[in-house]
Amino acid sequence: MNTRLPFALLAVLAAACGGALSESASSGTPERPTQTSATNPGVVPTSTATSGNPAPPSAPNAPNAEGVDVLLCDGKTKANFATGTPGNQIASALMNEWLRKNPDAHWESNERASHGLQPASDNKELVGKASPGQTYGHISEQDVALWKIETERLALAGSRVFHSADELGSTVAVSCDMCHPHAENTHPETYPKFQAQLGRVVLLRDMINWCMQHPVRAEPLSADDPRMRAMEAYIYAQRRGKTLEYGKH
Amino acid sequence: MPRGPFKSVETKYMEEREAALTALGRLDRRAFLKVSLATAGVVAAQGIVNPQSFQPIRVASAAEAGKGEPFRIAYISDSHLYDRTINDRFVNSLMRAVDDVNAMSPAPDFVLYGGDLAQLGQARELDLGAQILKNLKVPVRMMVGEHDWYLDMGEKWRDLFGPPTYSFDHKGVHFVVLNSVVEKDFWTARKLTPMQRMKTVAGLDNGMQSSFTVGDEQRAWLKKDLEKLAPTAPLVVFSHSPLYKLYKPWNFWTDDADEVQAILKRFKNVTVIHGHTHQMLTNRIGNIHFHGMLSTAWPWPYAPQGLPELTVQMSRPDPFDPQDGCGDGQITVHPDGLVDKLYNLWNRNPVNVERSYLASKGTRNKPAASTLTRY
Repeated sequence: MNTRLPFALLAVLAAACGGALSESASSGTPERPTQTSATNPGVVPTSTATSGNPAPPSAPNAPNAEGVDVLLCDGKTKANFATGTPGNQIASALMNEWLRKNPDAHWESNERASHGLQPASDNKELVGKASPGQTYGHISEQDVALWKIETERLALAGSRVFHSADELGSTVAVSCDMCHPHAENTHPETYPKFQAQLGRVVLLRDMINWCMQHPVRAEPLSADDPRMRAMEAYIYAQRRGKTLEYGKH
Repeated sequence: MPRGPFKSVETKYMEEREAALTALGRLDRRAFLKVSLATAGVVAAQGIVNPQSFQPIRVASAAEAGKGEPFRIAYISDSHLYDRTINDRFVNSLMRAVDDVNAMSPAPDFVLYGGDLAQLGQARELDLGAQILKNLKVPVRMMVGEHDWYLDMGEKWRDLFGPPTYSFDHKGVHFVVLNSVVEKDFWTARKLTPMQRMKTVAGLDNGMQSSFTVGDEQRAWLKKDLEKLAPTAPLVVFSHSPLYKLYKPWNFWTDDADEVQAILKRFKNVTVIHGHTHQMLTNRIGNIHFHGMLSTAWPWPYAPQGLPELTVQMSRPDPFDPQDGCGDGQITVHPDGLVDKLYNLWNRNPVNVERSYLASKGTRNKPAASTLTRY
C-alpha cells in the first residue's frame, strides 16, 4: 500500500523562509539581497554551501572564477550564478528548480481546479461577537479563515484519493470517480442504514470499504486511515446542504 | 433420447428470452395486450406455472405501412477497455455484448459501436477492442469517443477504423456519424504530456478540460452532406456526446449543439443516438429525438440538474451486482426515420422506448418507471 498524501506544502513554506548562499568569490563587501516576494526566498550569505551558519560578511573567501554557488534551504537544490546576479533572480531560479523536482507542491489548488469542492461554511457571522468578559467565543477573521482552509484541505485530500486508483491501491486501475463523479450517488446522508445486500446496518465507511474490496479491488482501509478520514470528509463535503436522513433507501 | 446438442436450462431460457424480446420489440401497445392475454391463456391451458418462461410468446411480425420495411441495428458502447492484464472485467463485459449481438435472431443489419472503446486511448487498448469486435458476425460502424482520442489525438483510432466523420445510406435511411468530442486546446499552455492530457479528459468530473464540440469544420461538412436530402428524408445521426446541453460539468453537453440542431431543423424527423452518458436517457427537441446508449463497463449516475422531462430513469443500479445498469441494445429504425430504442439492461428486464412515446411527447406508451430512482 502506498500512502502518498502529500505534505509538500511544508516544504514550500520552508523554501519560502529563506535560502543559503555560498559566497565563494572574493568581491569586497557582499551586497545583501532583498526579498522581493513570498515565493522568492531571501538569500543570506554564508561561508560554505552546506552550513547553515552565516559567516561574518567580511570573511575572505577563496577566489572562484566560476561565480557563486547558491544552495536552497532544502539543503539539496544548488545552482551556480555569475557574480553580481540579483538576489531575486537567484531565488526564482532556485524555486523553479525546486518546483520542477516537486511537481506536487501545489496539489491543493490543482485538486480544487480539477475536481471542484463544495465550500465549507465560512462562519463569518461569528467574527467579533464575543460576550464581554468571555475568552471562549472571541473569534477573529483569522480564526474563521483558518477553520475553512484546514477543513477544505482535508476534503481536498479526500478528493485526491477518491480520484486516484494509485492512492486507493486499486489492482485493476479503478477509482471511485469512475462511478461517482463529484461523489454523486454516494448519499452519505442516508447512513447508517440497513444494507439489505449485507444483512446488517452499515456506516458510510463500511460502504467505502465494500467498494474498495469489490469494484476497486484494493485492501480495505482501517477506520482511522488518513485516506479513509479524508474520503469521508470529501464525500460529506460534496453533499453540503442535504438533509440527514439516516436509514433512507 | 434428445437429439442435437445438449442445451442447459439457462441456455434455453436465454434463447427463449431473446426470441421473445426480438418479437416484442415489434409490437405496439394494443398488440402487446393481445399477446399478453394469449400468453396468459396458453400458460393456463398448459398448466405452466413458471413465470420465468418466455416459451408461450409467439409474435407474428406485420409489414410496416408506407414505403420500406423497418430494420434493426444493434449497439454496443462505452467499453472503456484497459489492457487485459490490468483489468479483465471490462474486457469480459465487451465480450458479453458481442455474444448478445451474435445471438440476435434474425441478425441485425449492422452494429453501431458508440465510442470510448479504450479507457486511456492506448494502442494496446484499442487493438484489444478491435480484436474483440472482429468476433461480431455483422458489420460494425465505429464512432469515436474522447477516451479513444486524447492520447495521440486519434491517430491509432483512425489507423484501425478510418475517419471518425462519415455518412452512409442503408435501406433508404441516411446515417451520419460525427466526432462530437472536439475540445479546445487546454493542454499546450499548461505543458501537459499526452498522457496527462488523456487522463484529464478521461476524468468525467475533471474541470480542467474544455467542453465537447462538433466544431466548424464538421458542421460545414454536415451541412454539405445533408444538402441533397429532401426534408422528409429519414435521418439518423450518431454522436458520442448528446447533441444537446444537459450538464456541462460532466460534458453531458455539446457546446455547439444549437448550431448543429439548426442544421437538422429543416428535416421532418431526425433521430440522434449518443453514447457517453452510460444510462437510459431520452429527450426530444422539436423534430429531433435523442436516445442514449448503455455502457458495457459501468453506469453513470443521472446528472444533478437538467434531466430531460421525457427521460424515464433506469432503476438505481445495484452495486452488489457488478454488471447491473450496464448492457447493450437494439434500435429498430422505421421508414419515417424514428426509432424504437431497446435498452438491453443486463441482469434486468429490457426497456423499450418506442417511437410513439416520443412522437406523442410522452403521452403514449410510456415505459414502466422504476420505483428506485436517483438519490
